[in-house]
Amino acid sequence: MVLEKYKNLLKNYLQSKDETALYRADQFSKQSLQQEISPDEIVQIHIDAMQDLYPDLPEDMRLSLHFLLETMISYGIAHHEFRALREKQLELKYEIEVAANMQNTLLNTVIPDVEELDIGAVSVAAQQMNGDYYHFIQDHRNVGVAVADVIGKGIPAALCMSMIKYALDTYPDNLSSPKTILKLLNRVVERNVEPGMFITMFYGFYNDEDHSFHYASAGHEPGLFYDASSDSFEKMETKGIVLGVEENTSYQQYSKILSVGDMIILFTDGVTECRRGDQFIQTEEILDIIKQYIHMSAQEIVDHVYRYFERLQDFDLRDDFTLIILRRNS
Amino acid sequence: MNLSIDVSRTDDIHHVKLSGEIDVYTAPKLKETILPLTKEEGVSIKVDLEKINYMDSTGLGVFISGLKSAKENHSELILMNLHERVYRLFDITGLKEVFKIENTVRGGK
Repeated sequence: MVLEKYKNLLKNYLQSKDETALYRADQFSKQSLQQEISPDEIVQIHIDAMQDLYPDLPEDMRLSLHFLLETMISYGIAHHEFRALREKQLELKYEIEVAANMQNTLLNTVIPDVEELDIGAVSVAAQQMNGDYYHFIQDHRNVGVAVADVIGKGIPAALCMSMIKYALDTYPDNLSSPKTILKLLNRVVERNVEPGMFITMFYGFYNDEDHSFHYASAGHEPGLFYDASSDSFEKMETKGIVLGVEENTSYQQYSKILSVGDMIILFTDGVTECRRGDQFIQTEEILDIIKQYIHMSAQEIVDHVYRYFERLQDFDLRDDFTLIILRRNS
Repeated sequence: MNLSIDVSRTDDIHHVKLSGEIDVYTAPKLKETILPLTKEEGVSIKVDLEKINYMDSTGLGVFISGLKSAKENHSELILMNLHERVYRLFDITGLKEVFKIENTVRGGK
């Protein structure tokens, strides 16, 4: 079938020496690709066609065609490899999609429903898999909140996140002590990640009884404290090295007392490293945006701030973006 | 934006001059340059970041691998001339405590 077609096209061209006939050869090559015919097979078809068309082909010419066929063999193999790789790539793409869905399920966290706190959270991945992570823990009327950012992106980062989540679940008795939690997690991470990988993490625990918020940070972007009585923001400065670098390290713990209306604002560096063209966004700008929506619920505030940043970067996030607000209601 | 790397050597000191941006795209190139240098026993690797106007956490990862590898081989990794913006990363992450940092430069974008 293919041979007949090729023979006709070749014959047509040799007789007419016409451009259109050449163009048909181009089309023929496209169809051959679709039918998975490799380059060496085309040469074989050419040889057969020539022998049919010119039974008296000079011996040298005939041999030279066989010679050409031999030189095409590696190209044929390369062609097959290319096809196999393309299939493999599709398979991988599908697997990543599955992994991303699985990550969403594994890392799923529910915003605690406690009377005293109004909580809002948004976390958006720049690529398919999110390297940012946040997790809420509800312990009666108390609330634990973890925000983490794995250095690096994509699958390795995502795998790391699951480790953090399951390690957190292992220490139910220490959840009210942020500095202990970070110390324990640091050991887990240090033992289990390759050198050069690390995690920044903030962990805080709100105690419903005395309205205190205890927190500690492992090299994470400092959060902000909003003091409602003076309508002002204050950086929650912390000390502490990222998780996974030093085997034995301890963390300092800090605390704030939340009055009604006060807010704790936590984020990842996808927020502070946001750029408008060549310029970095200033912290003041972030505060201005939050202030603009401060009369709304915590979830509405984070949603609005996210939308603002998305517009700022022309809807093309460079880094994963996470923002969390906890506000004392009553 | 790209990263250009210039390596030279005087006695036991490797000078690595960087210019451009260090991010997820350029970090592998930086890693390929710095890691082999840290495998040598008893040398100093001085990395000049004066012309680095942007670095993200991927860059920190490269320097941490470099630092760990240098320690194993009794060499030292020194970071020099960091812009304020870049220094801030080392500050927030607490990594300034584990790195040897010489000379920070004011300003930068």
